[in-house]
Amino acid sequence: MSDANFKLNRRRFLQAGAAGTMLSAGYASGAFAKTATPALSEFTPEFFTADEWKFIMAATDRLIPADGEGPGALDARVPVFIDGQMAGPFGHAADWYMEGPHDPNAPAQLGYQSPLTPAEVYRAAIAELNAWCNDKHGSIFAELDKATKDSVLTALEKGEIKLESTKGANFFSLLLQNTKEGYFADPMYGGNHDMVAWKYIGFPGARASFREWVGVEKPYPLGPVDISGKRG
Amino acid sequence: MARQEKKRDVVIVGLGWTGSIMGMELCNEGLDVLALERGGDRDTVPDFQYPQVADELKYGVRYGFMQKPRKSTVTIRRSESETALPYRHLGSFLPGDGVGGAGMHWNGHTFRPMQEEFELKSYVEKNFGKDLISDDMAIQDWGISYKELEPYFDRFEKVAGISGYAGNLNGEIREGGNPFEAPRSDEFPMPPLDQTVDSNMFADAARKMGYHPYHRPSAVASTSYTNPYGMQLGPCNFCGFCERFGCLNYSKSSPQTCILDALKRKENFEYRTNAEVLKVELAADGKTAKGVTYIDANGEEVYQPADLVILAAYQLHNVHLMLLSGIGQAYNAATGEGVVGKNYAYQTNGGTALFFKDVDFNPFVGNGSNGHVIDDFAINQIDFGKEGFIGGSYISSGTFNGQPIRSMRLPADTPKWGAGWKEGIKDWYGHSMAIGSHGSNMSYHSNHLDLDPTYKDQHGRPLMRMTFNWKPNDIRMTQFMKSKIEPLAESMNPDIMQSSFKSEGAMYDVRPYQTTHNVGGAIMGTDPQSSAVNKFQQSWDVHNVFVLGASAFPQNIQYNPTGTVGALAYWAVDAIRKDYLPNPRPLA
Repeated sequence: MSDANFKLNRRRFLQAGAAGTMLSAGYASGAFAKTATPALSEFTPEFFTADEWKFIMAATDRLIPADGEGPGALDARVPVFIDGQMAGPFGHAADWYMEGPHDPNAPAQLGYQSPLTPAEVYRAAIAELNAWCNDKHGSIFAELDKATKDSVLTALEKGEIKLESTKGANFFSLLLQNTKEGYFADPMYGGNHDMVAWKYIGFPGARASFREWVGVEKPYPLGPVDISGKRG
Repeated sequence: MARQEKKRDVVIVGLGWTGSIMGMELCNEGLDVLALERGGDRDTVPDFQYPQVADELKYGVRYGFMQKPRKSTVTIRRSESETALPYRHLGSFLPGDGVGGAGMHWNGHTFRPMQEEFELKSYVEKNFGKDLISDDMAIQDWGISYKELEPYFDRFEKVAGISGYAGNLNGEIREGGNPFEAPRSDEFPMPPLDQTVDSNMFADAARKMGYHPYHRPSAVASTSYTNPYGMQLGPCNFCGFCERFGCLNYSKSSPQTCILDALKRKENFEYRTNAEVLKVELAADGKTAKGVTYIDANGEEVYQPADLVILAAYQLHNVHLMLLSGIGQAYNAATGEGVVGKNYAYQTNGGTALFFKDVDFNPFVGNGSNGHVIDDFAINQIDFGKEGFIGGSYISSGTFNGQPIRSMRLPADTPKWGAGWKEGIKDWYGHSMAIGSHGSNMSYHSNHLDLDPTYKDQHGRPLMRMTFNWKPNDIRMTQFMKSKIEPLAESMNPDIMQSSFKSEGAMYDVRPYQTTHNVGGAIMGTDPQSSAVNKFQQSWDVHNVFVLGASAFPQNIQYNPTGTVGALAYWAVDAIRKDYLPNPRPLA
């Protein structure tokens, strides 16, 4: 079943890629960039295990689905972004104060109080949530149907599913935040592939020069550029 | 055993705005000056250059230019009955780190407080009666008047190169400026910036309601400018990467763009980076400082003797260093005794979002200090007796950035994820604006700073503990602003409107960004029983230690603090040059 999902996701990704090519016809560099990036289904994660990767693919696909107008999380390669973040300084809480004692029962308003790094939170939470799904629905999260996946995510968001392994860290909010980051961050971090999310909402990326557009109330005409200099 | 370095005339702790000002002015006096900066070196090139700096994730979201809590943080609780817990990753406030400090990643709003704010306690007592000041309130006069500080505001604004239009020029009220401001002795160095769509819509609506919109005084250059130190600024291109970023365009005022290149050329100036001061070392009698001890880039402890010690770190770190060094008596909230750590205050903000389906705001066109402001509900325009609170706000609208991870304003009924969210971002990105209130925050006996009993920093020193919560007076003030902003917003006929103001019972939440306007803890005043420093920013107890910055504010003003921080630095250094150096002693 997970294979079927993968195929579906890959097909969707390729379709979106084809549409993007048509829109940007004439820009050879864009076409090269597409062929140079392996399909998401062939990506080998640096941090996540195969089981964790299935969860990340499935969960981000529900948080920003491909349905309707605009790219989904998989079109934007959000899982690649999250994998890179977890393998890097953010995943390891490199900048955070991590000394104990930790009080995971502290009021949420006092902020993050878990002894776990974000990477450890993902690891523990995915395992516990998959176990919960197995127990409750007879299969891991990635193999549930769309409606059940959404109901699990909703229950997690509302705190109805309590993850004992990650108390003091809000796994859902971390996952959602990282998913949106991967959707909108510069493509050099692995997500927002081909600037799909920027093009979708009309954000011009790293153009960073708008002197003649100050106070002008009409749609900005130029598409995005990224930090590497590519045009979207 | 600490390595000992050659004695200097002056050692400055922290190389942000106040450290740079002190460095320049004391070097000009011929003194041998050393600045110690705990963070790394930073300059426009290479650290802020295009396109690398136009990276929302690295700087806007992961706080690339900010203090790292792993190296330095505080613990926070809302009351004595709570156990303070570490501020483990940044959220509510974002102290700077490295050369330039928070003065390189700020937005650039550069206001002067109202005259009344410097004498707030006396102003309230005289006009509205003592009873309005509740027992838990700790507000005080500053011990300095606007009139005394005016030339130093002027000086800072000329160095920083502020864009704006004077509303009160030597007593003459001028249309288009702020009619409620205190008199200015001179016009702004640069004319106001052009404004974004939302700012202009807000100004039109405010004018129609009889209010008095003016251009926000802005440390973002509207034209070409050379400051008194010979430093040059060029006009802003509204790149939309201002707040939390270094300026890629030499347009935003910062220690880098306004002071440091000129200062670094002086032979009597030296600065050392990755040099974190652990403690100010006092003489045996405790009445003078001998120098400071710091950890250098290699982790070695260094004793740096100096005749004059300037604490020019961020507000929190100035107070922390005073507590760790035994400069002044630590405040005890239970007994009310002591002064260092008292009167910690923050800022009381709120806002209303307006959504317009058919207006293209282009939110990525912006700068950190763009916007129109009204002061019609500012401190000197409110009858505190009638309204039942002390305080006020400026109300403004303008776009600082449209970076989509953190600036995705959506109607409240938009789902947080799923197909509905994806639809929402398409429908509403670029089709909304906000009107915000930026308000005062009074000081209270219970809101204070002291040393944490449990948590330690990487050098084994106790973290500083912040005890802070919102209080009914300030909630009433912000609710009053809501009652003024909503009719103004309604008059603009948005498709959707939604407000966010603190309401009764609101508890301080450290998670969402609010503001980096932490103030107080080493407050200035008229006597050593009620303040930590005198009107010249000089420690009452250790006369060769001067403590600069917003730690001196006895309560928070309704405006952003940097204009006042800059003016106080020029005021203090003038006193040091003219009065202290010829005869070192307590100046008050």
